[in-house]
Amino acid sequence: MTTHEEHAHPQLGFVRKYIFSTDHKIIGVQYIITAMSMAVVGGILSMLMRLQLGWPSAPSPTLEGIFPTGFAGGIMAPEFYLSLVTMHGTIMVFFLFTAVLTGGFGNFLIPLQIGARDMAFPFLNALSYWTFLLSCITILGALFVEGGAPLGGWTAYAPLSALPEMGPGQGDGMTLWIVAIALFTASGLMGGLNYVTTLLTMRTKGMSMMRLPLTQWALFITAILGTLAFPVLLAAGILLTFDRIGGTSFFVPAGLYTASGVAVEHSGGHPLLWQHLFWFFGHPEVYIVLLPAMGIASDILSTFARKPIFSYRMMVYSMSAIAFLSFIVWGHHMFLSGMNPILGSLFTVTTLLIAIPSAVKTFNWIGTLWGARIQFTVPMLFAVGFVSTFISGGLSGVFLGTSASDIALHDTYFVVGHFHLVMAVAPLFAAFAGIYFWFPKMFGRMMNMTVGKVHFWISFIGVNCVFFPMHAMGVVGHLRRIYDPTQYLFLEPVYGMNQFISIAAFILGGAQILFIGNFFASIWLGPKAGKNPWNATTLEWTVPSPPGHGNFGPELPVVERWAFDYGLPGAKEDFVMQTEAPSRVESGSG
Amino acid sequence: MANGVGTGKVTVPGVVLGGLLAIFVVISTWLFITDRYWFTELSSEHGASLDGVFIAVLIVTGIAFVATQGLLAYFVTRYGANGDEKASYWHDNPKAEMILIGGTALTLTILVFYGQLVWYDIYFTDPPEDSMVVEVTGQQFQWVFRYPGIDGEFGERNISLVSPTNFIGLDRNGAGADDIVALGQMHAVLNQPVTVLLRSTDVIHNFHVPHLRVKQDAVPGLTIENHFVATIAGEYEIACAELCGANHYRMKAALTIDETEAEFDQWMEEQLPFQ
Amino acid sequence: MPTITQEVTTVPIPDRPDVLDGFGPPARPPVDAGGGDEGRSPGQGPAFPVSKGRLALWLVLTVVAMLFAGFSSAYIVLRAVPAWENVALPGSLWANTFVLLGSSVTMEWTRRRMAQGNTASAKKWMAATTALGMAFLGGQILAWNQLVNAGIYLTSTLHSSFLYILTGVHALHLVGGIGALTAITVQIFKNRYSASRHEPVTLCATYWHFMDGLWVYLFLLLALA
Ligand code: HEA
Ligand code: HEA
Ligand code: CUA
Ligand SMILES: [Cu+2]
Repeated sequence: MTTHEEHAHPQLGFVRKYIFSTDHKIIGVQYIITAMSMAVVGGILSMLMRLQLGWPSAPSPTLEGIFPTGFAGGIMAPEFYLSLVTMHGTIMVFFLFTAVLTGGFGNFLIPLQIGARDMAFPFLNALSYWTFLLSCITILGALFVEGGAPLGGWTAYAPLSALPEMGPGQGDGMTLWIVAIALFTASGLMGGLNYVTTLLTMRTKGMSMMRLPLTQWALFITAILGTLAFPVLLAAGILLTFDRIGGTSFFVPAGLYTASGVAVEHSGGHPLLWQHLFWFFGHPEVYIVLLPAMGIASDILSTFARKPIFSYRMMVYSMSAIAFLSFIVWGHHMFLSGMNPILGSLFTVTTLLIAIPSAVKTFNWIGTLWGARIQFTVPMLFAVGFVSTFISGGLSGVFLGTSASDIALHDTYFVVGHFHLVMAVAPLFAAFAGIYFWFPKMFGRMMNMTVGKVHFWISFIGVNCVFFPMHAMGVVGHLRRIYDPTQYLFLEPVYGMNQFISIAAFILGGAQILFIGNFFASIWLGPKAGKNPWNATTLEWTVPSPPGHGNFGPELPVVERWAFDYGLPGAKEDFVMQTEAPSRVESGSG
Repeated sequence: MANGVGTGKVTVPGVVLGGLLAIFVVISTWLFITDRYWFTELSSEHGASLDGVFIAVLIVTGIAFVATQGLLAYFVTRYGANGDEKASYWHDNPKAEMILIGGTALTLTILVFYGQLVWYDIYFTDPPEDSMVVEVTGQQFQWVFRYPGIDGEFGERNISLVSPTNFIGLDRNGAGADDIVALGQMHAVLNQPVTVLLRSTDVIHNFHVPHLRVKQDAVPGLTIENHFVATIAGEYEIACAELCGANHYRMKAALTIDETEAEFDQWMEEQLPFQ
Repeated sequence: MPTITQEVTTVPIPDRPDVLDGFGPPARPPVDAGGGDEGRSPGQGPAFPVSKGRLALWLVLTVVAMLFAGFSSAYIVLRAVPAWENVALPGSLWANTFVLLGSSVTMEWTRRRMAQGNTASAKKWMAATTALGMAFLGGQILAWNQLVNAGIYLTSTLHSSFLYILTGVHALHLVGGIGALTAITVQIFKNRYSASRHEPVTLCATYWHFMDGLWVYLFLLLALA
């Protein structure tokens, strides 16, 4: 991050300033770049998965060179495929999105958008990043230990995850997985503590809660979600660890037959308990990923629609409603787990309830575009992409939420299609939008917008080719987490589709190289950016790009209005900064 | 300058994006309704109502899908920036919102009720007395099927008896003496109710027969009941639908639905209990 | 730009109630209190009613609460399985409970005295609190000993597993608490606090009372098994 050279602080040495910094902007960027590297790993893993799914067990000596064990004999081993799936899911959910959206954008934007000089607890903030980095290293370590990475999926269902004898990778690999998740949880909690405190106590004068940009609301609610959800995962992880190394039996019932004979020392545990604990965390987690994306997309949509967001209050209320409901829907992952069917019905009701606030948001985004004057910048394109993919994925969630139709679709690619559209693609697009949008504020330079456009068009077409057809496969019955679909005759109709998806996925993956290249090239070569390249209204655009240490200079800004005064009649320009006093606007000197 | 009175402009990127969305809506809808990618042939009694629920949800979400994506496409096409023309400055319409929320809520309520009615008569109707009982045990990585034999009673199981020949640790003394154990093969009779008792000896598996719309976890420590009536005779694939380890992908078995009792009994004969 | 940085960073660091700020980099810009007004006219509107430190503490306590909520729900679910088997709680747990309750009382007295500026007796009670806290930890170790002697181990029954893990995790939280207690005791004896500035004492009191309540809850949970 040597780009900040021009803002040297006499007092601080390079290392203090850019490596072990406690400046929220630096930490934000550190989060983003780390998460990005994790994304590349996760992306490559998924490409390997697609290779296997498209052309099952096709011999490839080259890969054998790279993964001698995983590709022993030039053909991918089943357990290797499954460890790819596990690592891909884990890395993408936690180490890409949770990290980039809350850790990255959260750190970078919160103080800048609420008019504070830094986070409430800068040191804790730095600590949270370094813990996160440690957890990244730990999870990657799982790929290299003896037995390889865990093969139990990112949901780590017990008893498969509870007894090392249950499969390769369930030994050291699984242990590392748990440690990594625990570290990640700790880091996430430190971050959340900081966000909530900062957002509540450090807003500048005039920045009432109802004047916050929606991104800030989203981050606020997300932080609370994390504070409530992460500890439960931690508790589950602790119990699981004791089952694995302490010989306790929380998740392990009596008399299991393992590779090494009967597991006599265990008795009395309950496998479904893990699922309940995991999903009590897991479902809020998916909204921890989605909410910040929603916030970012809302702000960017309004900015480039040059029109106020439609129904700001309902946006805030619906986000809160989603957050609340996300704690009482977890059972929708367990309809067929043997859980009491009565609960199944209850969870169906709560699950479909969530569709209502989501509907509200969807309608409001569309309403925002009604009568707008849309500027099709790259961030805007991605924001629209977000809305579209969220609708697709969200609606397919309704099939799953209805317990009766979930019987056919559970654990098929319908689910995979659903959550990729809504959790992989939508937040990814929002993240891309955010990066293109705030890059100038981060590095003082613009990204290359031509490359950006190409990146968008390929990605947009790509994701729809990759993930939408998965629903059709799921309807036909294509099971998830299977190494070789050609095992099943009833899947015959979708063999071809698998290849199509794989090819599309390779193109999609390739397109991401454009983004990464663009990102790093622009840090040094991008055209210099002014204070407010997008004519946006929020506080971060009132200061130079990038802002100096302390963000705002001697005087903190004073907020006079909400963040969405685009196209205000009577104003000189089609946007009014949050710091403009009403009087000054009437006199037209905006 | 104009305050939202202008017309906006149809811009090139707007048209491309809108067009893409339109094309995408059409293809997606086709993917969902074409019987090229429809469920496997329906061969069970309860299956029809399940497919019914899917279709109901498909109609509701389909409408929502076309409407929302369509509007999105229309607006991005229609409302491109036009010089320094301003967008129309409005940002609230409680009435419209309440209508939309009400509408969504109503549709969903109907959906929930319909879906749950089906859910109930699948999970809350007991199998008829005369239904054939089969114990299905999942284990890494095979399915073991057990029939009670002549006495109609299952024998004891003891995990410590598990051996290469005795997969489920069946105790051959007592009621277990005549139990019939089949590896990877299940038989049932056409139009006759079958009750499966799902168990597992190691990790969680899932007993899945796509054509019969049967899918239910087999959880170690629990015995989960599930029942169906097959309506078409023939060979069906049984899959394991819950990740259970390295060879999860080939934890398969075959289900044969026999035309007549006779065929079924004959198969039973062949499965002579091993002593 | 550099000019601004100069100005900002040369502003003296505000006095810091919470421990963590101490570790910050040499020069940090001032961190102003905020709290937006209702948006009518700027410049007014009270800052957020709760101090940063206290808010952060509440969040930490929420986390701890959720952690144990997770354990409790596991406990309640497994309580229902047939294989559940109760073990006898070591008697010393009762004694420990009273010790901890006592420490809570002394902690509260410390806080009150501190608020009245009666540092002299605050010192006494603070020291007492720390002592009692350590006594409790010692007592817990004793209790574990009694369990082992009674042949009750981590893996004996589900109940014993929970017994060890819940007491263990709670004890870990107390170790942290005692760290704070000792630090504050030292500070008090160095007369660092006054009636007007003693937030660490009040925060510590809140944490300690919470841990106390949490223990009573866990004890009941385990006892009424
Ligand atoms: C960001 C992440 C995210 C989001 C937002 C959602 C949103 C939703 N999810 Fe999803 N889900 C996941 C991530 C997510 N999910 C993941 C990761 C899994 C798999 C985990 C695993 O097993 O690995 C999963 C799995 C999953 C299951 C379990 C499937 C199974 O394993 O059998 C279910 C079942 O109920 C479900 C339901 C829903 C529903 C109803 C919504 C709703 O919130 C959607 C609401 C949105 C809309 C409905 C669209 C917009 C609204 C309109 C256009 C208005 C009109 C609509 C109507 C009238 C209906 N999801
Ligand atoms: C949430 C994030 C996420 C993302 C982004 C992706 C991206 C992709 N995923 Fe995956 N996937 C999951 C989450 C995600 N996935 C989860 C949770 C599972 C379930 C695991 C389990 O079953 O346990 C899963 C499972 C899964 C399967 C099912 C495997 C199976 O069940 O057998 C498949 C199969 O095709 C697949 C494919 C892909 C492909 C082709 C992509 C492509 O989109 C990949 C292309 C590359 C990228 C999109 C990365 C690009 C990003 C950058 C280069 C940097 C971005 C940086 C910033 C934004 C700052 N994924
Ligand atoms: Cu058995 Cu999957
Ligand atoms: Cu969910």
